[in-house]
Amino acid sequence: MWRDAALVAGKDLRIEARSRVATNQVAPFALLVLVLFAFALDPNRAVLKQAAAGLYWVAVLFCSLLAVQRSSAVESAEGARDQLRLSGLDPAGVFLGKAAAVAAQLLVLELLLGAGVVILYDVRLASLWLVTATCLLATVGLAAAGTLYGSLAAGLKVRETLLPLLLLPVAAPVLLSATEAWQAAIAGHPGDGTQWLRILGVFAVIYVAFGVVMYGSLLEEA
Amino acid sequence: MNYVYAGYSVTFVVLALYALRVVLRGRALRRALPPADDR
Amino acid sequence: MTRPPVPRWVTRSLGLGAVGFSAAAVVFGLWVMGPTAEQGDYSRLLVVHPPVATYAYVGFGITALASILYLIPRTRRREWDLLAGASAEVGVVFCGLTLVTGSIWGRPVWGVWWTWDARLTAEALLFALFLGYLALRRVPASEEVRSRRCAIAALIAVLDIPVDHYATTWWQTLHQGSSIDLLQPDKHLDTAHNVGLLLGFIGLGLAFAWLVIQRYRVEKLEARYEQEGLDLALEARRAEGDIPSDRVGAPV
Repeated sequence: MWRDAALVAGKDLRIEARSRVATNQVAPFALLVLVLFAFALDPNRAVLKQAAAGLYWVAVLFCSLLAVQRSSAVESAEGARDQLRLSGLDPAGVFLGKAAAVAAQLLVLELLLGAGVVILYDVRLASLWLVTATCLLATVGLAAAGTLYGSLAAGLKVRETLLPLLLLPVAAPVLLSATEAWQAAIAGHPGDGTQWLRILGVFAVIYVAFGVVMYGSLLEEA
Repeated sequence: MNYVYAGYSVTFVVLALYALRVVLRGRALRRALPPADDR
Repeated sequence: MTRPPVPRWVTRSLGLGAVGFSAAAVVFGLWVMGPTAEQGDYSRLLVVHPPVATYAYVGFGITALASILYLIPRTRRREWDLLAGASAEVGVVFCGLTLVTGSIWGRPVWGVWWTWDARLTAEALLFALFLGYLALRRVPASEEVRSRRCAIAALIAVLDIPVDHYATTWWQTLHQGSSIDLLQPDKHLDTAHNVGLLLGFIGLGLAFAWLVIQRYRVEKLEARYEQEGLDLALEARRAEGDIPSDRVGAPV
């Protein structure tokens, strides 16, 4: 399973490296979102600074939508799904691989957005370990749930509009918890953040486990 | 008290309308399909 | 299926019971129950709000269970998929009602139409999850593909609910401290209130069951229509146009 995962992850990341969608489109989009928030809110910095954690994670959520869309679009080329199924790869491995690729892209974007927030919103990330832990756990959860939904919506004509409707409500607790954790980190009270890490962890475990078990079912098509 | 009336009416009116919709849809379908022995 | 899963007399009694108990509940709520010390007249909304909230969850619970049964190869039957869909739609109606009654209750008691109370927020997310599921059900795809994907989607959504609850509860205590609970704990309720609450639960519960059964039947008919409907439509066109059937398909 792990070998298959590495194979699939490598494939997805290579496709990404070649097409550079994440770097050329999603990253600028992410930064643009941060800028737009600044326009939408009081240019007076205090408001932005207070809301920074939440705005950051909303931006991350948008990016995750795009990343997941890409990830599932890769598979909807002619017969790609069938090839994937028939290739004999362990579906759990395929799931882990795709999720890992999405997670990797997300982490890079999060780094970029983090720098953006520090610079544009004048935020100090006082407790870096909490910030990192939050990002890691939240990303794993988002990537897992996103890959599941991405595959669910794959091949359907309404995929682009359906995917956000499906994924965002499920991702809501991640948004909530990650924001709270970051706020604790910014405020310099990392202790307050640990309960939120627990939720993020539970979310990640649930969806990774579910994906590992059910992805095979998803790939099976009549 | 108006709020209470509002709450009650919304609940029961919506449920009644929904019930109507379901029943009417069922009837329309049953008319459109040839009779079958399973319901 | 040669026998209807639920005999007619059962649904009939469910329906009548629903109407009867709901009427009793309303009577209790408006006339027998008195105002409470904490919320005055508004606690009468006890009769509708908690029951619809509960049955929204029940609806989704049924959808989840039916989805599991559909996914397990040994118990896989089209009926479970149909039940999942029916229960989800009824659930969404109840969920919407929960949000509306919650809002209506909140307005006089808290002074605002909406508050990010943990329970209401969780219900709002539940509503969004349901809507996504129902949207997925309407997507054109082969029946097997759609049923399986919907079943998995239902489970993904259901797994989210407990996480949701923990997150929103901790979130609320963090930001609001102790907020006024819409629902008073039982010790504040006198007998009349408890009976009213019970009548509400029974009446709306029977209504819920009746609606799910009816909706399930419609779902079955829709499934048949999908299969046979196209042929019937062609028949109807043939009859309309007076084209003898042996000429169908030939250039007119």
